[in-house]
Amino acid sequence: MSDITASTPTLHGGSPARSAPITAVGPIAWVRANLFSGWLSTAVTLVLGYLIVRAVMGFVDWAFVNAIWSVPVNGNGVAQTQACRELHGTGACWAVVTEKHRFMLFGTYPFEQHWRPALVCLLFVALYIVSSMRSFWNWRLIPIWAGTLTAIGILMWGGVLGLPYVPQERWGGLPITLILATFGLAFAFPLSILVALGRRSNLPAIKALCVLYVELIRGVPLISLLFMASVMFPLFLPEGMNIDKLLRAQIAIILFAGAYLAEVVRAGLQSLPKGQYEAADAMGLSYWQKTGLIILPQALRTVIPPLVNTFIGFFKDTSLVLIIGIFDLLTAGKTAIVEPSWQGFGVEVYVFVGLIYLVFCFAMSKYSQGLEAELNRHRRR
Amino acid sequence: MSDATVDPRFRRKPPKRPLRLSWADERVRGIVWQLVVVGIVGSIIYWLWSNTVHNLEVRRIATGFGFLGREAGLPIAEHLIPYDPTDTYLRALTVGVLNTLKVAVVGIVLATILGTAIGIARLSKNFLVAKIAAFYVEVIRDLPLLLQLLFWYTIMQGLPGPRQALKPLDGVFLSNRGFRLPALVWEGAHTAAVLACLAGIVATWLYARSARAKQMADGQPRRVWPAAIALIIGLPLLVWQAMGAPWAIDWPALRGFNFQGGMSMSPEYAALLIGLVTYTAGFIAEVVRAGILSVSQGQWEAAQALGLRHGPVLRLIVLPQALRVIIPPMTSNYLNLTKNSSLAVAIGYQDIVSIANTTLNQTGQAIEGIAIIMLVYLTISLSISLFMNWYNAKIALVER
Amino acid sequence: MSAALDTQGHIASAARTDAPPAIVLDKVNKWFGALHVLRDVDLQVALGERVVVCGPSGSGKSTMIRCINRLETHQEGKILVDGIELSDDLRSLDAIRREVGMVFQSFNLFPHLTILENCTLAPIWVRKMPKKDAEELAMEYLTRVRIPEQAKKYPGQLSGGQQQRVAIARALCMKPKIMLFDEPTSALDPEMIKEVLDTMVMLAGTGMTMIVVTHEMGFARQVADRVVFMDRGEVVEVGTPEQVFNDPKTDRLKMFLSQILRGH
Repeated sequence: MSDITASTPTLHGGSPARSAPITAVGPIAWVRANLFSGWLSTAVTLVLGYLIVRAVMGFVDWAFVNAIWSVPVNGNGVAQTQACRELHGTGACWAVVTEKHRFMLFGTYPFEQHWRPALVCLLFVALYIVSSMRSFWNWRLIPIWAGTLTAIGILMWGGVLGLPYVPQERWGGLPITLILATFGLAFAFPLSILVALGRRSNLPAIKALCVLYVELIRGVPLISLLFMASVMFPLFLPEGMNIDKLLRAQIAIILFAGAYLAEVVRAGLQSLPKGQYEAADAMGLSYWQKTGLIILPQALRTVIPPLVNTFIGFFKDTSLVLIIGIFDLLTAGKTAIVEPSWQGFGVEVYVFVGLIYLVFCFAMSKYSQGLEAELNRHRRR
Repeated sequence: MSDATVDPRFRRKPPKRPLRLSWADERVRGIVWQLVVVGIVGSIIYWLWSNTVHNLEVRRIATGFGFLGREAGLPIAEHLIPYDPTDTYLRALTVGVLNTLKVAVVGIVLATILGTAIGIARLSKNFLVAKIAAFYVEVIRDLPLLLQLLFWYTIMQGLPGPRQALKPLDGVFLSNRGFRLPALVWEGAHTAAVLACLAGIVATWLYARSARAKQMADGQPRRVWPAAIALIIGLPLLVWQAMGAPWAIDWPALRGFNFQGGMSMSPEYAALLIGLVTYTAGFIAEVVRAGILSVSQGQWEAAQALGLRHGPVLRLIVLPQALRVIIPPMTSNYLNLTKNSSLAVAIGYQDIVSIANTTLNQTGQAIEGIAIIMLVYLTISLSISLFMNWYNAKIALVER
Repeated sequence: MSAALDTQGHIASAARTDAPPAIVLDKVNKWFGALHVLRDVDLQVALGERVVVCGPSGSGKSTMIRCINRLETHQEGKILVDGIELSDDLRSLDAIRREVGMVFQSFNLFPHLTILENCTLAPIWVRKMPKKDAEELAMEYLTRVRIPEQAKKYPGQLSGGQQQRVAIARALCMKPKIMLFDEPTSALDPEMIKEVLDTMVMLAGTGMTMIVVTHEMGFARQVADRVVFMDRGEVVEVGTPEQVFNDPKTDRLKMFLSQILRGH
């Protein structure tokens, strides 16, 4: 090794370092290397460049230049959408969003109480931000989550602290999406840890139960579980006992998420070197002490990036409750265009709803990518 | 180790330990724990089961799969096998399974092609290509699939009627009734050509194997590709030619209010297929990219330093290693695509979920309906993962 | 530190033959699957005695000391530690693990805990010691292995030699009667081996009962009361360092010694 490195020139006595020629560094060199490095690359760049300019200009024309932002409403409260229809697809009819955004965001929640679901959404965002901070990655997260989720429940239901009671049937829109995803995670996570530990246990019956649960759930689509929740659950319960549809869907999502998270957690458990288990055993720690003090703190840290990715998956998957008629963000969007005067403006609505999903998922996925890079750097050191 | 086997005492088996009935015995604890957990889970299941049995009795809901033989009376627009509403539920469900497979198989093939292309594009040296691919992957993965399906379906419905159908290519019609494409009139010669092509592939594989064996014996590399082209392309062409080279195309044409002839794709199927393929391709692109990146630069350098050229390096060194990284996540993406095809119910494509759902609404037999859905998917999932496990084990073995 | 040295620089034996033995292995057998890895191993270690175990790789020496604190379970024969027999009884297991400290080849420090937390973990959770006392105790041992200033750092920030010394301090914090060392210097760079061996010599001077699996012959000569040579799962020779190293009886030991000497 040292023989090879010895051949590098020493600084003293050598000729002064020259800066590289302009063809090797700087913007011109960059453009040449990355866009026009050969005739094929040049041709691709030119064709793609042209297509991109055309597409962007077309989109700008549709979304901004030719777009209609509001339409008059007649005396019966029916929107006059003739102007939009005359565009024949050359411009967006954002009027549907202007007119219906409150409905899409909060569903049929009482209009004058909309500040409550709005505040709930902000609380969820705040909860995500706090959870993403590394200084909070310890037991403190548990009371923070418990407190925030309780506050969210109080805000949504009301009936206390002078807030009028709002039955669950009237909730809708974005809060439902956030509730399904976040409560799903909050309950599925502890479940998944138990299942992952069980799957690595050397007790055959417990291991078999955990394997059966994970593989069964992962082998069927979420829809079948949601159907089960909507049509089979009522049969499971004793006569007279009934739980509402949202809660049933929530249980299905928890069971679903639990199986997928369990596999993520299991990967983290497997990534720990055997020596960590042995050192803990040699100290005389009991199984639960070993798991709680040594194994889980390390394993969970390593799986946070895949955990966030799995969460992004659930966040998107909650939209499937549309199929069993629960009023989440996507259902609200789809319902908004059922009204005859707004029929045919699905693209605008789906772009709007899509943007909301995109903002949440993009932020989370960038966060997880950044975190992964950071953890990798840490590990390499 | 070898001389250890000579030692006669090597054969001595470890003895069994007697079990002592004490809480301090680890195995006793293990058994007690298992009994407790199984007992709790078992009693929950029993409780749910007895509730269900009671509820079914009270509500007078029939049980069992007897309904499968009854007349379904539900119309199905798309069917790969002959079907009529007077057929049985069993036949209706079979049609549903075939519709699921139809979208899943085509989707897997197309998503693999598109995803691989995008994954490679993300690694392109051309900045523009790499960035567009990255943008695609990021956006498509951050939007719910159901939203994308509804979006595509809206676009389909927004297409003009058959009379004003879009004609991007000669003989291709895009309208709100779906896609119409020209189709080959299928004859015996075509079937024979396809069989010849399959035979050619098998023959090529055998030839490549023997060529390699001969190379190992005498050191002379042999070209495989001329034989491969002859066997895989030439042979089917020859068979087709020998059988009269039938070449009749069924062109779709507008008759009255709709199209006649050609191959049709319903708007529901087209929306589902486009949505599934574009969505899954975003995930497959990441898998392919990660697989290629997983082979370190050092492997390229080491192989090139040995004097191997670009082609052999790719074929002998890089691909085998990348494939091992790619195949497990690829399997789960295939499984996901298949499971995601169940979202068809939201846009009215009649897959197994949609038909089973209608069945359970008509018969009121929820448990059987959902059991059928789950059974179908479990079977599909299990077969795909068994096949991929077998394939994975095989390439892992061959290359080691 | 204040250990009495005899004429050859050997630390005087602290073995107490009057007391009952600290460790007894009686016809211990163990299998990994069908592979017979320990064969009728007999060994007695007196309180305060220092035993070095050597032998080629795969000879079962690590397995043997891992059986002593039951990281591996033996299937036949008897192991007595501090008068307690090892069995499936979890109470005896708890008792033994409190009395036996272990140092691993790969340190196995807990990377998510600071050095101090690594050392206080077992005293707090197993010995139920108040946190303040545990920290005082830990600082005392960290001072003894000469790295008190690193207490607030994480294992990843320390060199290999420092990590291994922390691992020794961590084991000592349980105030064990017996210390097991499983190739403690094998994973270390040459320049760090000495600092770890010095720490172990210091420990030997305090009269600790030690079983050390190592190939460091210098250490064995300086510290060991007895050297055990193992091969293919059997104890082949036992004796003082002089007997074993200078006057090997069996061919197996002769061959091993010649390989070791050539290697160094």
